[in-house]
Amino acid sequence: MTAEATLAQPTLEQGTLFRFATAGSVDDGKSTLVGRLLHDSKAILADQLDAVARTSEARGFGGEKGGLDLALLTDGLRAEREQGITIDVAYRYFATDRRTFILADCPGHVQYTKNTVTGASTADAVVLLIDARKGVLEQTRRHLSVAALLRVPHVVVAVNKIDLVDFSEPVFSSISADVARVAADLGLREAVAVPVSALDGDNVVDRSGRTPWYAGPTLLELLEGLPSTDELDDAQEAFRFPVQTVIRPQGALAPGLSDDEFRDYRAYAGQVTEGIVRVGDRVSVVTPGQSARETTVVAIDLAGRLLEEAAAPLSVALRLADEFDVARGDTIAAAGTLPESTADLYGSLCWLSTKPLREGAKVLVKHGTSTVRALVRSVTGKLDLDTFEVTPASGLELNDIGEAQLRLAAPLPLEPYAAHRRTGAFLVIDPQDGATLAAGMVRQHPGDTEDERYWI
Amino acid sequence: MSAPTDLSPAPAVVPAPGTLGLLDALEAESIHIIREVVAEFERPAMLFSGGKDSVVMLHLAAKAFWPGKIPFPVLHVDTGHNFPEVLDFRDRTVARLGLKLVVGSVQEYIDRGELQERVDGTRNPLQTVPLLDTIAANKFDAVFGGGRRDEDKARAKERILSLRDEFGQWDPRNQRPELWNLYNGRHTVGQHVRAFPISNWTELDIWRYIEREGIELPSIYYAHERDVFQRDGMWRAVGEVSLPREGEDVVVRTVRYRTVGDMSCTGAVLSDAFTVADVVREVAASTLTERGATRADDRISEAAMEDRKKDGYF
Repeated sequence: MTAEATLAQPTLEQGTLFRFATAGSVDDGKSTLVGRLLHDSKAILADQLDAVARTSEARGFGGEKGGLDLALLTDGLRAEREQGITIDVAYRYFATDRRTFILADCPGHVQYTKNTVTGASTADAVVLLIDARKGVLEQTRRHLSVAALLRVPHVVVAVNKIDLVDFSEPVFSSISADVARVAADLGLREAVAVPVSALDGDNVVDRSGRTPWYAGPTLLELLEGLPSTDELDDAQEAFRFPVQTVIRPQGALAPGLSDDEFRDYRAYAGQVTEGIVRVGDRVSVVTPGQSARETTVVAIDLAGRLLEEAAAPLSVALRLADEFDVARGDTIAAAGTLPESTADLYGSLCWLSTKPLREGAKVLVKHGTSTVRALVRSVTGKLDLDTFEVTPASGLELNDIGEAQLRLAAPLPLEPYAAHRRTGAFLVIDPQDGATLAAGMVRQHPGDTEDERYWI
Repeated sequence: MSAPTDLSPAPAVVPAPGTLGLLDALEAESIHIIREVVAEFERPAMLFSGGKDSVVMLHLAAKAFWPGKIPFPVLHVDTGHNFPEVLDFRDRTVARLGLKLVVGSVQEYIDRGELQERVDGTRNPLQTVPLLDTIAANKFDAVFGGGRRDEDKARAKERILSLRDEFGQWDPRNQRPELWNLYNGRHTVGQHVRAFPISNWTELDIWRYIEREGIELPSIYYAHERDVFQRDGMWRAVGEVSLPREGEDVVVRTVRYRTVGDMSCTGAVLSDAFTVADVVREVAASTLTERGATRADDRISEAAMEDRKKDGYF
């Protein structure tokens, strides 16, 4: 290999990446909070601020006093401005000295489940807004339930409009206690509360002098300090690597490289989805439907750099000691850790389509780098987001969360989402028009893997 | 009464061993997207203008398939008003990487009378028809673009894999939810998909990456002396398609370009950033967005980009 054989531990250049999603109910001040975070962390540049100032003035924001309507910073498409609604998840970017943030700004009122599920699927944290005057509402419980279902590592509750309850500590304490109770019911790892006023900026970026009873961090300080999914998971999870493509450059070598050196080059390209792999590690190559084959990792390539190890979410190419037939759809995993593939899929589904789910439907399931045909054998229940109870159901409608049993046309290396946030996730796709119908999360089947209702 | 959430101040961030830095995390995500699209589509192509974002995207593609060659052609819509330095750079890069270049020419459409020159002389909006025709003629089913979500509020809402209908149009109200890192690229005959692998990069990330990777760019991204005149508060280069009007005095200034587009609507900024390290410092300290500072066409209306995108623009 041309690369120097030294290693190449990726370095920390400009802090780390942290993704979070916002969620809230109508009129709880979410746009203002997002605008405040962007504004006070200096992510807003002069030309954007000028535009906000012009529009604020034109609309008479703040009355005589004037001021900036920070909610305008997140104002989206013209269609939305005309109709006064938010259509879709928008992504925003800001950075501090310690971290760069990707914020998935999820609208609260229209199709809240669809948007919150989308934003939460990649989030390291969800920031949930509660209006201090209203406390925990039904929709708050629903948002917490979605965060728990998607296993978002951290939930931060911004108790907003604290100025409108006279910065009352008892109000904040009581809401915090309610949130803690709901979070415990749901099995959420944690839900930390912060008293804020998005409108005035209290405890958003800068500490407030008006909440002397609050000794905790500001919202931004909290977000800067929470470990990301990969920081939490790498140490605990076994190595998983769905093969995206095989790199065999014979005849199509990048210009400047020597044919002699790369004649027999063969590597498996993919992204480390969980855990860490090191040169010399024993791994299993899992082709669904066949028995796993064991071999050793001899090299980890990152475009000419030889790495000694690669942790999630790095994209690399692995070279193996044995010349197996490996293809897209196969998974390379820490030896002996991946359970046997199965064609019986039992999972939670967040239904995202206006076309309802019915038993007997034929769909596609996308999992890792495989897409297979599937039959919906039965819908086994629907989650009542208010009581968190599963009630009987035979179908799912838009924004429903339910449980279903599917039979796959080919086996897949499925693992429960509760322990594998990446390899336990799948999409349900409409084979006719290609639409994404549902976000799926693999569950352990509560009983026998054969569904009785299917045989009746 | 004590605070109900007994919190100590936020702990200092001590990255765990193996934790990726920002640029490594962004690079990993982009490479994953590029490989997914190449694996799942029949005929992908990558838009390449010689602008910094497309140069970074092409660099990521080269890394994704190393030591193999980039396994798809590159596509450029030439407005006929491009900076000569940039076209020269484009051609050298394509030759260096051994790629096939497909060009759609706005000038040819104008010459054939199929497109009309706009009164304001801007050719950016005219790129859409040649782009869609070139995609259709070559039967490309996936086209990589270097759009970033921090550029514009329409782009902030676009998916990484974005479906275009038979007319190349984007429908912001009917986008597929994009979950985890599972990208759904299914489409029917006549539809195609635009893929934006650097969606999550900011302008500053791009420059830091260019610095870290030692990526070459067209020279006009760095400070140089140029004959310029002022129009609409922007410095415009004197050139065949960009001539000063009466009262617009030509002066020599040290400038650079923050974005590189059609000469007729791209402005330069006064700058002493002669090296990539200078540019990183300049961008980090900038108080204007790149499009606000340099693109006359995006000042036309608040929804300029949104309208162009719906019609099939990049």
